Amino acid sequence: MNMNWLLTHSPALLIAIPLLAAFLTPLIDRLSKRARNVLVLIVLITVEVVMIVLAWDVFTGNTHIYTMGASNPTATIPVQAAIPIRIVLEVDGLSAFMGLISATVSLAAGLYSLAFVRRETGQGRYYTLLLLMLVGMLGMEFTGDLFNLFVFLEILSIASAALIAYRFYRGDAVEGAFKYFVISSLGALMVLFAIGLLYGQYDLLNMAALAKVMKYTMLDKIALVLFIAAFAMKCGAIPMHMWVPDSYTVAPASITAMLVVASQVSLYALFRICFSLYGLTLDVTTVGIIIISLGLLSMFVGVTMALPQKDIKRLMSYHAISQTGYMLLGVGVGLYLIGKPEFSTYGMAAMEGGIFHIFNHALYKGLLFLTAGAIFYKVKTRNLNEMRGLAHSMKFTAIFFMIGAFAIAGIPPFNGFASKLLIYESVYCVSPILSIIAMLVSIITLASFVKVFHSAFMGPPMRNTKEGEVPKSMLIGMVILTVGIILFGLFPGWVVDHIVHPAAQALADQAAYIQAVIGG
Amino acid sequence: MIYNIPFIVVVLLIIVGLATVVFKRNLIKIVIGITIIESGVNLFLITLGYRENSVAPIYTFAPSTKMVLPVPQALTLTSIVIGVAVMALMLSFAIRIYQHYGTLDSRKIRRLRE
Amino acid sequence: MSEMSKIVRTISNSLFPFIMIYGLYVIMHGHLTPGGGFQGGAVVASGCALILVAYSSGWVFKKVKESNLSILESIGAIGFISLAFLGIGVTFFYNFIAGNGLLFGEIPPVGPNSGNLNTAGLLPLMNLSVGLKVIAGLFAIVAVMAFVASRRMRKK
Repeated sequence: MNMNWLLTHSPALLIAIPLLAAFLTPLIDRLSKRARNVLVLIVLITVEVVMIVLAWDVFTGNTHIYTMGASNPTATIPVQAAIPIRIVLEVDGLSAFMGLISATVSLAAGLYSLAFVRRETGQGRYYTLLLLMLVGMLGMEFTGDLFNLFVFLEILSIASAALIAYRFYRGDAVEGAFKYFVISSLGALMVLFAIGLLYGQYDLLNMAALAKVMKYTMLDKIALVLFIAAFAMKCGAIPMHMWVPDSYTVAPASITAMLVVASQVSLYALFRICFSLYGLTLDVTTVGIIIISLGLLSMFVGVTMALPQKDIKRLMSYHAISQTGYMLLGVGVGLYLIGKPEFSTYGMAAMEGGIFHIFNHALYKGLLFLTAGAIFYKVKTRNLNEMRGLAHSMKFTAIFFMIGAFAIAGIPPFNGFASKLLIYESVYCVSPILSIIAMLVSIITLASFVKVFHSAFMGPPMRNTKEGEVPKSMLIGMVILTVGIILFGLFPGWVVDHIVHPAAQALADQAAYIQAVIGG
Repeated sequence: MIYNIPFIVVVLLIIVGLATVVFKRNLIKIVIGITIIESGVNLFLITLGYRENSVAPIYTFAPSTKMVLPVPQALTLTSIVIGVAVMALMLSFAIRIYQHYGTLDSRKIRRLRE
Repeated sequence: MSEMSKIVRTISNSLFPFIMIYGLYVIMHGHLTPGGGFQGGAVVASGCALILVAYSSGWVFKKVKESNLSILESIGAIGFISLAFLGIGVTFFYNFIAGNGLLFGEIPPVGPNSGNLNTAGLLPLMNLSVGLKVIAGLFAIVAVMAFVASRRMRKK
């Protein structure tokens, strides 16, 4: 039970321990509610600690491979065969990066939920589904097998849909969940069809083995189109964004924070397919321009539709669409430049900006949704016209909201500034128009958040609010995310060198990805 | 030619399912449309594994006879299980929506606008 | 949803053991013939749905409380994950029983399928756990939906 054993088995343990806890929670819930809360907290903290240990090892250069059911964890190819035949988990730099995001936001959301859903019914099922969402996210990030990706995608979307409809006594929650579920289901079926197309041609399901033998035939092009459409649908890019405002608004606030991370895991799957599965056999110019256009549309349409909103969470969900556009823009520019010599100068910087923005967005958007949930907990409404003067009684929530608003607008010294500066500088070298549109979107983002802060927190206090701040566990959940925002904002150079650069390097380097599974 | 008929049926099923999801207003019909698309994709996966004049793949250290591919059968089974869970959850959402609004017409239950 | 006539109830009583035995046969022989956990569990759940339709859903729901079904389902799921954890000394999901001569541990002879039930190690145990979970889960879904619908119809 020493550190070496833990490091070898950690990819499988990180998926199996929350799964076991998710199945134990309904049984323990019958005995005692306090034991269930303690179990969920212990599991979330354990996942966070093991994830940090694994990420520390992966970022210093070793990719971890885990073959399920073989005679030792690194035996991917059995002795009589020439291709990998079992489910292989592969944790490289980008997987460990996304795993850190999922574990951190799940811990913050779990702590926040202890007080937030205390008065609702059916809490045992809430915590079971929360742990299943974490399993789905970690499974999608660690897997090296295409069909395993589909299965964990479905686990994630079914658990999310059930949690969006958690407040089933309100009609609009179930309606939002139904819309989310139909679109998510269509996307997953398109992914399954594309997996069938690839399997029928090459008789392989392992992503590294497929990347080695991939020829870019007509059927592969159809499969690529289906993958891009389905994963862009799942992450909320325009023009497939219809489900995002409806479902983010009606979910409980901690679940909305996790839904943001779930959308980014679909973004991760899109990048994994484009970079590591297809790699340089793609027509990188065309596909890069498509992803850049999706990014530009998302940025601009998202933020202009956010300005006239009256519902606080609906406004923030349109901003989530717009920030996803930044990530698509950054990594799209990286894809556009990948074979060319300019990649090592500003292409890599664009990819680092896009990938760093994923972590920053999860942190500050999660914090903003948690503060919106705290406001809803106090005044029982989400309409901006019906609330004012909350800064008098909710001082900490106002401070956290201000930090989140400054971070999303890209103001130093918070973390949004660092990633947005990387994107502006590197995208400018490709074409100045992209950078100008990105800066314009950032200005409009600041404008809409000034509107929200003035409307919700400024002014004379409302007459019928209870005095005092929200409960402590909600504050602790928000503090975890705030600490991340401030630390990443004060030391962005360290973060980019040690955390983001290995992730971007792992994404751009398809040969290392194949070598880890087949060569080794 | 006769071995291409399952693929033509797959395309027909997916088109019929997509038309149902897009054009019908009743929530139950939308759920049925998703189930039809899922049946089409499952049929596609099974048909990929077929080889002519081959036997079922239940051997131990088989000599080189022709066999159908066993992996698509496992993929289709997993997909059917996921389809059952999806359909059960969607139908329970439809029951809840009916309890709230009294109607299943998707144009009348649109409270979340703009 | 009121209960059906005496003829239907008698025939369902006679048919249900056969359906259950057929379902359990499909679950247990999952490593030899087509079948396994989900397929056999779906067959048994169909038999339980037959009983649900023949007797009224209110009566069935009072006899089999929903909490018992939830406990059975959790036991099935925990059994599956614990069996996967038992081989963690080598890797996760390692089949440590196959070839060892314990409960399901013989090695099948070379050649076409000989139908020896005593083989394949961890697979029949996992099939049983998954089958239990599927029976409890599918029966809970059908029973709760029927109960909700019958309560709404009675209220009208």
